Amino acid sequence: MHRIDQRFVELRRAGRKALCVYLCVGDPSLEASGFLALEAIDAGADLLELGVPFSDPTADGPTLARAAQRAIAAGATLERVLDVASRVRARSEVPLVLFTYYNPVLVVGEAKVARLARAAGVDALLVVDLPPEEAAPLRDACAAEGLGVVPLVSPTSHAARIEAIRRASTPLDGAPRAFVYSISMTGVTGASPSDLAAAARDAEGMRRAFDRPVLVGFGIDSGASAKLAAGEVSGGADGVVVGTALARRIEQAASGDEQRRAVRTFVGELRRALDLPD
Amino acid sequence: MLGAGYFGPFGGRFVAETLVPALEELDRARQDVLPTPAFQGELHELLRSYVGRPTPLTEAKRLARRIDPDGDAIAELLLKREDLCHTGAHKINNALGQLLLAKAMGKTRIIAETGAGQHGVATATAAALLGLPCEVYQGALDMERQAPNVARMRLLGARVVPVESGSRTLKDAMNEALRDWVTNVRTTYYCVGSAAGPHPYPTLVASLQRIIGDEARASCLDRGALPDAVVACVGGGSNAIGIFKAFEGDTSVSLYGVEAAGLGLDTDKHAATLSRGRVGVLHGAKTYVLCDDAGQVIEAHSVSAGLDYPGVGPEHARLRDTGRATYVSATDTEALDAAREVARAEGIVVALETAHAFAALGAIARREAEARGRPARMLVCLSGRGDKDLDTITAYGGGK
Repeated sequence: MHRIDQRFVELRRAGRKALCVYLCVGDPSLEASGFLALEAIDAGADLLELGVPFSDPTADGPTLARAAQRAIAAGATLERVLDVASRVRARSEVPLVLFTYYNPVLVVGEAKVARLARAAGVDALLVVDLPPEEAAPLRDACAAEGLGVVPLVSPTSHAARIEAIRRASTPLDGAPRAFVYSISMTGVTGASPSDLAAAARDAEGMRRAFDRPVLVGFGIDSGASAKLAAGEVSGGADGVVVGTALARRIEQAASGDEQRRAVRTFVGELRRALDLPD
Repeated sequence: MLGAGYFGPFGGRFVAETLVPALEELDRARQDVLPTPAFQGELHELLRSYVGRPTPLTEAKRLARRIDPDGDAIAELLLKREDLCHTGAHKINNALGQLLLAKAMGKTRIIAETGAGQHGVATATAAALLGLPCEVYQGALDMERQAPNVARMRLLGARVVPVESGSRTLKDAMNEALRDWVTNVRTTYYCVGSAAGPHPYPTLVASLQRIIGDEARASCLDRGALPDAVVACVGGGSNAIGIFKAFEGDTSVSLYGVEAAGLGLDTDKHAATLSRGRVGVLHGAKTYVLCDDAGQVIEAHSVSAGLDYPGVGPEHARLRDTGRATYVSATDTEALDAAREVARAEGIVVALETAHAFAALGAIARREAEARGRPARMLVCLSGRGDKDLDTITAYGGGK
């Protein structure tokens, strides 16, 4: 079984919610991101999303847009993010998702990106501005390397749309099932949390529709909101994704040591909240 | 298999999932509402009685002789006068059409991005006319260099939101408008100003702007002949696609787009996407994009805020690759010189965007005349007037 699918089986068996941590790789530096990733894993992250910074991140709010600008200034590119992935992989078996906008993938080349991602130990790609209708070439390239492509659903995805996404994102032979990313609200990353309890209920419906694990992201900024978005232990979502709230703490930390402490503290807080009984 | 809204390999819909249903809804309205006699009737009455359409063709004899003193390159020079539209540019054709559509769709709030401010002014105007609240995103740099249009938008009741990120120009304004739209998608209509962006915008904008070409073609035929060449400036490319569309099937007519070469094509300060870009995805469409080897978008440069954009409409990308249209470029100083030349020869102060088309006109006419063995009949899309650019032109010395 693929590493990422294995992780969801283990979590389900243990009755635990998945904690997926997003890092904008290269913020504050490529080297630091490697350390911060390991710190997040030590503190209880079940999966990591390694973000490729992009010059025009239209799905991101100001915090992650600033992180991307710092990362680009620090020399981060898709290929260097994959170098960081391989360093993390050398130390951990945590599933790694390469999170990116489409232009870097298109310019580097889909087949090459899939090949390099596999070599770096990445398990799946999530391309935020690539709806399933446009994703066939990337899905093929990724499946050829045993990688998944994570579909996104949004509060605006009506029933017919969800069915279209489901059909267009059915895992291909050789690719992991991975998970479905359920966006909790209409908005950019880092916006104020909306009704996260409703998002958890929606995620449960989504899991039935897709027959795959569902993670809820956007607007989760504390242990309490993580718990709310994950929903009941027996239902709700399979887990949550946290990005902006962590990037903000990294941004506000005054030194490398403080950044590592901030990651450890915050990821630990999220972990403990998710592991609380109902 | 390619999804909806492709022009050859270009176009498509590369957006966050949240926006896909909104684009589907817009595409349904485009297909179901736009063609109805009631909608077309209302739009055309407004274009006639409010915008002042049809716009005339002006023959520019003095300018033709200044560009071509011996008369062996230019037989006739005709200008399609979109500067005479209400608000001073072709942008109003699109803004009125889209906002009527927004109203039919039951949307209660309008947002737009703007570079030079012409689309912002057009959208603010249409919003005022139709009684809709309007917010316009504009790069902070563009707000400085197009201050008169900022004042106009505010007078028209629009809120102008300065965008401080990136190059503080059109690209960044579009990023911010997309962020607003993804947040307020259920109530808000995003009025895209160029024939760019995700499907259905390139098709929608082209269908609203092709009135330029339809009128110009009919006027040319009334005068006796089709032109040999049609010339228009290209940023995102809405005035160009609007005039090209009507002539695309006329195989005798050459189509020329003129991009902004900024400080020069061989510098890193230009906006010549079709000449120097590579295939990428920007703002929802696969098209030519100015970006580096890692896929990071490069900040464009042009003296003209309306052309200062590192992408281009996907239909132009196809016209380039099929060879149906030819894309050339003009530098900042060539455009500034051309603006002065047109003003002195014809008494028309053109927008700096439009000035790029005039700057390349001589070379294009000579090329056409050589290929045809006779002087060419030239048609230029005079896309907008230049009042907004007076500060820039004067600072350059164009007022001398």
